[in-house]
Amino acid sequence: MGTSTNRIDQNAHITVRNLTMAFGDFVLMRDIDFTVRRHDVFVIMGGSGSGKSTLLRHMLGLIEPAKGNIFYGEENFTAADPDERQRMLRRCGVLYQSGALWTSMTLADNVGLPLEEFTELSPSDVREVASLKLALVGLKGFEDFYPSEISGGMQKRAALARAMALDPEILFFDEPSAGLDPITSRHLDDLILALRESLGATIVVVTHELASIFTIATNSVFLDAETRTMGAVGPPKELLQHSNPRVREFLTRGGTEAEGHPA
Amino acid sequence: MVIRDLGLATAERGEVSVTRTPDGTLEVHLAGAWRLRGALPTLDALEHELAAAPPPRAITFETHDVASWDSSLLMFLVRVREESERRGVRVDPRGLPGGVARLLELAEVVPERKDARGKQTPPTWLERVGLGAMAASDATWEFLSFLGEVTVAMGHVLRGRARVRISDLLVFMQEAGAQALPIVSLISFLVGTILAFVGAIQLEQFAAQIYVADAVGIGMAREMGAMMTAIVMAGRTGAAYAAQLGSMTVTQEIEALRTMGISPIEFLVLPRMIALCLMMPLLCLYSDLLGILGGFAVGRGMLGISARVYFTQTFNAVDLGDVAGGVFKASVYGILIAVAGCLRGLQSGRSASAVGEATTSAVVTGIVLVICACGIFAVTFYILGI
Repeated sequence: MGTSTNRIDQNAHITVRNLTMAFGDFVLMRDIDFTVRRHDVFVIMGGSGSGKSTLLRHMLGLIEPAKGNIFYGEENFTAADPDERQRMLRRCGVLYQSGALWTSMTLADNVGLPLEEFTELSPSDVREVASLKLALVGLKGFEDFYPSEISGGMQKRAALARAMALDPEILFFDEPSAGLDPITSRHLDDLILALRESLGATIVVVTHELASIFTIATNSVFLDAETRTMGAVGPPKELLQHSNPRVREFLTRGGTEAEGHPA
Repeated sequence: MVIRDLGLATAERGEVSVTRTPDGTLEVHLAGAWRLRGALPTLDALEHELAAAPPPRAITFETHDVASWDSSLLMFLVRVREESERRGVRVDPRGLPGGVARLLELAEVVPERKDARGKQTPPTWLERVGLGAMAASDATWEFLSFLGEVTVAMGHVLRGRARVRISDLLVFMQEAGAQALPIVSLISFLVGTILAFVGAIQLEQFAAQIYVADAVGIGMAREMGAMMTAIVMAGRTGAAYAAQLGSMTVTQEIEALRTMGISPIEFLVLPRMIALCLMMPLLCLYSDLLGILGGFAVGRGMLGISARVYFTQTFNAVDLGDVAGGVFKASVYGILIAVAGCLRGLQSGRSASAVGEATTSAVVTGIVLVICACGIFAVTFYILGI
């Protein structure tokens, strides 16, 4: 799968090239072009309805692009066949907006299922690894709880434990702080940073929470719902000086002063 | 929504009177309690004054006698504004209470987004026929490709490349087996009695009541046992499968499986399908038995046939081929019901009403498939002489 190696940054983990997202005739976003480098915490930001989550679903192969390509490392994900895609995705973990824990299974089974499917571990080892992953997100002792029996914040953390089950190289987060109170979402941010430090994973986060964006992001892309293309790419703190007024407006909650950010 | 309530003595409803002042402005005098519960006052008086020559310079408001107000006052004022703008008369909001003026401002400050409503023209009759035909062919194609995917996944399981979780399978077998016994008992027993009644009335004319046992036995074993079980299970278990998978679609659990590289078909559909395919033949046998008992109840109670005679007659009438045919059909119906339920569940949209539609559609699809299959079986068995 050596797809035009020269065009792709050696350090790139994910490259989105000239992506157009459309539903039938309706073009949601066009000409999206950015690179997620290894060990980045890359934030996809934008207003409601700008297609942040849709972009994430494109990157996971859940929706086919109308135009353009997505590369994982140097491999073209968009042009790959289903088996190859599956192999590439096996290096990824996803935390869904709603958590999306499998409600008919206990937390240990939720975390254990990918281990059962894709490793040679014995059932007792699977259970032990699952307990460890749950302990990492502060859920030691909750192995036999069902998702409906724990709080929303705990569900998010359990879903994070599941996303990390196979020690992924890339972790995707879809609106991690949706539905969480400010303190819980702050803790989740800290957890994300800690995981990046210790696991060395690349992290892609979809969010519109300014506090999170400035705390965790090393790089970002801004999707502009009005022009239907990306407004800017760069670290959020640099984007405060960006020439596009809508980018500045978004990053300062509509304030005109660039200094108004909660750094 | 009571925005402000002055708590004064209130009239029952809002009142409007219009006076023309000497300097050419219209003064709209508002009074009473403005409540959405009461009817809105009409604009007649105002329109009359607006139409009268010479046209007024402006409209002002006098609101000291308004006891309380809610959105009804706002509604009225929006109408006044629209009407006066149409005639090019200026509206002076200064006489309005502060809250009303601000709300009125909010209501006009944002221009309507033209693209928000979309450009929907209702399709013509011919277009609807075309769209319907395309939807039908798409649906058939989707069903066939889903059936194909399930077959491939089943092949993986049989060749050991994938496996079905035994714990899941056992749970589904219990749900689709033992737990379905009461309703299958009831329906089958009643169907048996109905068959016997219909037969008894006809056969009595020839004094051949004893053949009720044949009619019920063969009818249950060949057709009705499998068919009634299938219809009960389509409504019971097929609907449950669609609802389970549909709500998993809503909560993104299915997407989570897919991105993790776990095939929803192997993980969710196969255990359900295998469970139903294994349990349906057993339920069918049970249903045959209960149906024959129902027939016996009528034979004994209405026709006075003794137990020994009735059952001997039944055993002589029904051969193993009849029963085996029914059981085989039941197994196929089980697969069809499970596939219909799971397909509709996986196709479900991401809302509560979409799950409801998926469930309804699963039952309808399941029953239609079962009846179609029943017809095909009848013809095939006839040609093969079974």
